[in-house]
Amino acid sequence: MANRFRTLTLTFTLVASLLLASTAARAEEFITLASTTSTDQSGLFGFILPKFEAQSGVKVKVVALGTGQALDTGRRGDADVVLVHDRPAEDRFVAEGWGIERRDVMYNDFVIVGPKADPAKIKGTGDAVDAFRRIAAAPVDFVSRGDKSGTNAAELRFWKEAGVDPKAFKGYKEAGSGMGPTLNMSASLNAYTLADRGTWLSFKNRQDLEILVAGDKRLFNPYGVMLVNPAKHPHVKQEAGRKFIDWITSADGQSTIAAYKISGEQLFFPDANK
Amino acid sequence: MSETFGDALSLLGRLDPAVLGIVWLSFKVSLTAVCIGAAIGLPLGAWVAVAEFPGRSVLAVLLNGMMGVPSVIVGVIVYLLLSRSGPFGPMGLLYSPAAMVVAQTLLVVPLVAALTRQIVEDAWREYAIELRSLRFNMRQCISTLLYDCRFSLVVALLAGLGRAMSEVGAVMIVGGNIEGFTRVMTTAIALETAKGDLSLSLALGIVLISVVLVLNGGAYTLRYWAMRRYG
Repeated sequence: MANRFRTLTLTFTLVASLLLASTAARAEEFITLASTTSTDQSGLFGFILPKFEAQSGVKVKVVALGTGQALDTGRRGDADVVLVHDRPAEDRFVAEGWGIERRDVMYNDFVIVGPKADPAKIKGTGDAVDAFRRIAAAPVDFVSRGDKSGTNAAELRFWKEAGVDPKAFKGYKEAGSGMGPTLNMSASLNAYTLADRGTWLSFKNRQDLEILVAGDKRLFNPYGVMLVNPAKHPHVKQEAGRKFIDWITSADGQSTIAAYKISGEQLFFPDANK
Repeated sequence: MSETFGDALSLLGRLDPAVLGIVWLSFKVSLTAVCIGAAIGLPLGAWVAVAEFPGRSVLAVLLNGMMGVPSVIVGVIVYLLLSRSGPFGPMGLLYSPAAMVVAQTLLVVPLVAALTRQIVEDAWREYAIELRSLRFNMRQCISTLLYDCRFSLVVALLAGLGRAMSEVGAVMIVGGNIEGFTRVMTTAIALETAKGDLSLSLALGIVLISVVLVLNGGAYTLRYWAMRRYG
């Protein structure tokens, strides 16, 4: 009996190690890219990365997080390259020595979406700050990302410019989640929110929401790429990481970014070679 | 609602390789975790049931309590351990299937151990005098009881598998939901929901439920067949 039990334990261990071995078998060169939900969920990486991987032979593993979290991942050394969109936070990241060789990559823009009926009457103002002021003054809901993402940081800057304390505004709800779940929440509450255009265009559960304000220069949303500092984290794959940074800022990478469209609309505009 | 369901079913009709890859990875990761979890949890649970030492009941309560630990907490702990800045950082396991196996194993061990303890303790009450009179040592007692309870213990393992396959919090954090590498069914569902693609979420949900049902059905049949054969 004891023998049978030992056989059983052995079988478990054997099956486990076989399964483990089969997952570990694929040893190819890869880098870990900490990036944002806006670039991943909009489908951009799915479009541009296969081209880079075919050319360089380096596989890119994308971990999609909020900008704040992505930078933290880099800070802990769990990523080789970071691609995010919050310039002040990126500059701090570089100044503190966590990242090096920051380059501009592309930009897209934020849009203010809200219910078609537009009870806060912001449609057509074309002035983002004024729109935020009107939303705060109206009896409507506003869903915030509340997750320290780049979009969240931009939203908080708008509230500040509008002179509104969002915490004091009754309809303000912090979702504490990514762009998608925040849009889902806004759709079911028929609330206003700030979204990046890419995620909005690829978002399917829009219900009664539509873009109300877009085109204000302040809604400009630039993305930057940087290498995690190998001096802080010696295991960082700097050669492969640099290959990626060089490619995405090269003419080839830039034209691939420009070629990505959803229903005929270009999502990201390359700006590495200004 | 009915439209979403219809779309989900038509999506299932044309199972593409990416979806199959996701299903296969879920299966592999969770099964590995359950195997390791069983190798630790079964003897651990049986030992707590049989052994006499101070603090035994505290340990039993602890195991029972840990059955309900939120998977996100386990995810955060494993993340901190495996992060490059953590104690096991140099192994470079974060954002890999191995990390997901570690997290799920930590979820499965207390569950399997707690259920095993309950099942074995009941059997121990019945056979204690008999086994003692045979002058069995602790090891032999544990082996005998585990062997004797093997059909009931299948339920403990299935519960473990259920927990491993259905959790999303831990694998999302330590796996990173990387496409084609650490994306499993639950994290794919979370992602598609985030993208507002509820039909695809639901389709994946149906696959997940079916896989769990098939596994449970298989285990039930095996148990039925084995019981008839071996009593």
